[in-house]
Amino acid sequence: MSAAATAVDERLAPASLVRRLLGRPELGAVVGAVAVFVFFSIVAPTFLQASSLSTILYSASTIGIMAVPVAMLMIGGEFDLSAGVMVTTSALVSSMFSYQMTANVWVGVLVSLLVTLAVGFFNGFMLTRTRLPSFIITLGTFLMLTGLNLGFTKLISGTVSTKSIADMEGFPSARALFASKWEIGSVTLQITVLWWLALVAVATWILLRTRAGNWIFAVGGGADAARAVGVPVVKTRIGLYMGVALCAWISGQHILFSFDVVQSGEGVGNEFLYIIAAVIGGCLMTGGYGSAIGSAVGAFIFGMTSNGIVYAQWNPDWFKFFLGAMLLLATLLNAWVRKRAEASK
Amino acid sequence: MTTTETTAAATGASALVKLAGVAKYYGNIRALQDVSLEVSAGEITCVLGDNGAGKSTLIKIIAGLHRHDAGTFEIEGEETVLANPRAALDHGIATVYQDLAVVPLMPVWRNFFLGSEPTKGRGPLRRLDVDLMRRTTRDELLRMGIDLRDVDQPIGTLSGGERQCVAIARAVHFGAKVLVLDEPTAALGVKQSGVVLKYVAAARDAGLGVVLITHNPHHAYLVGDRFVLLKRGTMAGSHTRDSITLDELTRQMAGGSELDELSHELERVAESGSGVGVTDATARGAGRTGPAGPADQASRTTAPTRDDTTR
Repeated sequence: MSAAATAVDERLAPASLVRRLLGRPELGAVVGAVAVFVFFSIVAPTFLQASSLSTILYSASTIGIMAVPVAMLMIGGEFDLSAGVMVTTSALVSSMFSYQMTANVWVGVLVSLLVTLAVGFFNGFMLTRTRLPSFIITLGTFLMLTGLNLGFTKLISGTVSTKSIADMEGFPSARALFASKWEIGSVTLQITVLWWLALVAVATWILLRTRAGNWIFAVGGGADAARAVGVPVVKTRIGLYMGVALCAWISGQHILFSFDVVQSGEGVGNEFLYIIAAVIGGCLMTGGYGSAIGSAVGAFIFGMTSNGIVYAQWNPDWFKFFLGAMLLLATLLNAWVRKRAEASK
Repeated sequence: MTTTETTAAATGASALVKLAGVAKYYGNIRALQDVSLEVSAGEITCVLGDNGAGKSTLIKIIAGLHRHDAGTFEIEGEETVLANPRAALDHGIATVYQDLAVVPLMPVWRNFFLGSEPTKGRGPLRRLDVDLMRRTTRDELLRMGIDLRDVDQPIGTLSGGERQCVAIARAVHFGAKVLVLDEPTAALGVKQSGVVLKYVAAARDAGLGVVLITHNPHHAYLVGDRFVLLKRGTMAGSHTRDSITLDELTRQMAGGSELDELSHELERVAESGSGVGVTDATARGAGRTGPAGPADQASRTTAPTRDDTTR
């Protein structure tokens, strides 16, 4: 980034590439990712096959799509515990609206977009109005959405899952957008991977090259200072929550159009995976520091761990333990590398 | 009180900012009552007062963070009620707070333009003009006489004095007519205080009206043209530079007789210490001007890892 500086000051030692990399927030995550990759390459021979890689990429992308806005939100200094169930809410609204109204599924998709954005707006609005911690506000939203998901689904469908909408008008085109997959040789490429990469690119652009990005860092790094120099703090925060909602909508539509039916109890607990991916990716829990690319690396670590355990043929009963241990180790490594990087300056 | 009225009447027309009889209440607490102040272009008005005298409340009214409950607030002769800090900025009043309103983790150039970032391109390609931002930051700081090693370093890694100067340079660059400085020298060593006061004077010479809030009469007297003394929320005095001496200013600020008593007590201590007092004072002075004060150290430890080129 800093290569663009025109006049180089003689007091600055020319920064080597290594040193430049050490200063990036993603570095710890990259080192962690390499460690996890090497580990599973050794203990699970099938881990290195191309088909395994595509599976890993797919599961990384499902987390990664949400980890991007959650990382941006964390840079802005806030949490969203409702992010996991919001994905399910989005899928349920889309499916049930289309089914009940016997409308083109695209109508449901758009209604779902509005509803999900409204939930995001609600989170941001409540946060900025009440000034309560985001942990409390979004915990409330999390519980309310969990209840609404189950309550409405049972009320409307009579069961805990939605009815199939696969034979409805517009389903194929919606599926093409949200749940395509392509066979390339023995490898399956899911469209979510493209969504994920596109979101990472857009988020990186926003964070580093737009006014809004400057404001996000400022709001997270010093909200009072930001307000004092005229940064629209309230709008920035609400915008961040609506960004989470937008990605929850994308993620929810993917679930709907790839599985056709939606289980109303899904999504609980996923919010922590998003947060973990963002933190492993170098986001500071206290805000003001982090990157979208880091969140992608964090999601990739999750994908490798969750699938690597399967490829290593370990008893899946232990899955959560290994997941937790892996994530803890990766984060510790991240912190350690960052400390080293700081000391080497 | 009478002194204020006469000075205000004499120069009232040219004042950039003029407060008359301003009061502020927080519930049943009287934070400020009947305070008058004015500042003209190319002039420094110092607001002096001990802790709790109402300096912060006064600054918040001028900066648009609080509304005054009584009295008048005129900007360039027009009575105004500021709705928010943005409105104050739009009127050309820039405030440099004690915490400087900078975001420590962000690079200097991003901080410099925070809230007023220049962009280029249109629609979705509308983006920060990064080159312009970097270049302008470096040039503006250089114009104020600050030669920064690297505008990419997080502003938290700068010394307190440097940060203060960046904040002042920012206000000057964005066309402030009135610069309000909240205790710019409070956390600084002797040498750094001098540097900051130099930039305050530079801002005045550039034609800005400056309101300097401080509890240090020595710093105030070095640069001030007018002095407003606050005490327990009310105005204890208002003077022009030629109507008061430094000794008198110090005396009034410390509360006259209280200071006499204090100096008596201190003399007794000095006598029993037999001349150690002088060397002790210089040693302390030297210590404070050292490479890194406690404030700097604190900001360094919390400094981020983003910047790898500074040290």
